[in-house]
Amino acid sequence: MKNLRPTREGYVEGILHAGRENDRVVVIEGDVSRSIGSASFGEEFPERFFNLGVSEQDMLGEAAGLALEGFIPFVGTYGVFVAGRAWDQIRTSICYMNLNVKIAGAHGGVSVGPDGATHQALEDVAIMRVLPNMHVLVPADANQTRAAVLTSMNTAGPVYIRFGRNPVPQIYPVDSSVEIGKGHLLEDGSDITLVACGAMVSLALTAREILSKQGISAGVIDMVSVKPLDRKLLIEQAEKTGAVVVAEDHQAIGGLFGAVTETLAPEHPVPVAIVAVGDSFGTSGTPAEVREEYKLTAVTIVSKAVKLLE
Amino acid sequence: MVNVKIQGLTPIAKGVRLDVLEMIRAAGSGHPGGSFSAVEILVELYWKIMRIRPDEPDWEDRDRFILSKGHACPALYSVLARRGYFDPAELLTLRKFNSRLQGHPDMSKLPGLDASTGSLGQGLSLACGISHGIRLNSRDSRVYCLLGDGELQEGNIWEAAMTASHYDLKHLTVIVDRNRVQLDGHVSDVMEIEPLVDKWLAFGWDVIVADGHSFISLEKAFEHCSETEFPSVIIANTVKGKGVSFMENTCIWHGKCPDEKEYEAAIEEIQGGLS
Repeated sequence: MKNLRPTREGYVEGILHAGRENDRVVVIEGDVSRSIGSASFGEEFPERFFNLGVSEQDMLGEAAGLALEGFIPFVGTYGVFVAGRAWDQIRTSICYMNLNVKIAGAHGGVSVGPDGATHQALEDVAIMRVLPNMHVLVPADANQTRAAVLTSMNTAGPVYIRFGRNPVPQIYPVDSSVEIGKGHLLEDGSDITLVACGAMVSLALTAREILSKQGISAGVIDMVSVKPLDRKLLIEQAEKTGAVVVAEDHQAIGGLFGAVTETLAPEHPVPVAIVAVGDSFGTSGTPAEVREEYKLTAVTIVSKAVKLLE
Repeated sequence: MVNVKIQGLTPIAKGVRLDVLEMIRAAGSGHPGGSFSAVEILVELYWKIMRIRPDEPDWEDRDRFILSKGHACPALYSVLARRGYFDPAELLTLRKFNSRLQGHPDMSKLPGLDASTGSLGQGLSLACGISHGIRLNSRDSRVYCLLGDGELQEGNIWEAAMTASHYDLKHLTVIVDRNRVQLDGHVSDVMEIEPLVDKWLAFGWDVIVADGHSFISLEKAFEHCSETEFPSVIIANTVKGKGVSFMENTCIWHGKCPDEKEYEAAIEEIQGGLS
């Protein structure tokens, strides 16, 4: 079994690295810095660390103000609250002015587990993706999350980085990089393309192995850049294989599935199946139990792929 | 001495009110009530209080101003134009296609704006973040933020109010345009915000109450704010629609364009009136 690490650890490594490299980097927290781990940034750079308490709307406005003064604020709290509670602040005070604010949404998806539905971000990618000027990154492991933080630091304008709470298999080396608008073709295939992001990438890789034993050649794209989407890679692989399965720990409405089908439907239509949460809220349980309940598994990816090819 | 200087502001305020009327009339829509109530506050800030360079709008050591009640932008646009940020001839493009004078302020288009605003309740957080940034950059600029009184019903305002006192943002001054009327009616009928002084005091602010249409009163209040050790708020008692009797103290003129007859009557009243 590969190394398991929580992606949020990569976020913390990323902001620490960013803070050491660039003294314009500041961190804004909302009373979850010990949960996410960003408290260590505050210990190293106390004057560049603002814990504003439980106040997402204020956090995003403050970040906008700091960006107006030339700083690069990273605002981190749970994805449900940072994207949902403060959506209008993100829209008007950040995206409308195209400000250099980096928003970190922790606790993405039902994979959060025991905290249950209120804390499992399932709509964040959709509501961030629709905002003009916003970039959306959904890294698959801790190293890629670290890379996403460093890339966002050097990207002008707002970026939403979505990551998870619980350990996921390490896919990327520590020196991996993330490029805005670029996905990674992790495995080449000729029969079908699996397009995944976040915690579902490692499951897509497992699904590929199972499919391979059944004589099906599946390619795997890690679509870390959900917005802008890597259109070129997606269209190229979709046309080559003729079928796509999208896998994401998010509502089926509006997230990666939305981005993929919006891209393919007008000019490059191929059959597309979806493995995601079906218009419902999450529930408590271990991450494995909850993923099983919502069918966010390698086995589901396999069965959807097989059905699509029938 | 103070009186002599201040008397020069009265004709400017009158000119701003005439601009606002003409702009809204030309646009066919806009917000006269909350623009008129804020005129003296804006004129005092831009002619007496703020350290600015209109010919260098992005000067890093300038004082910052955030119009959190973005719908009062006709008054701000007039003040910026008359202060030299852009040609006053452009004022009549308000709200028109391709205009830099958007229905609510857009800093990416117009020089002199320190933020884009329009969604109520967000400006004070912006001002706090700017205040933090100014401190981190070791500048001595001050930050001013104009809030509407109806806007104080937004929870975001009070989150930011806590932040300002928690972080001792003493270079931040808020002005509440206390005109007592919001879109749907009197503030006290829609959603009471009193006791206002007690609320701000409880949030750790230095509070001073001023007559928002008196330059002498405003000047003294700003002077006090520049010396305090706390974030400061001026509760500026104002009259919604100030300067045009039929627009005063009524929600009807929150966001309405006058017809020809009303326009003529309003112009005449402002030209002949005290302010």
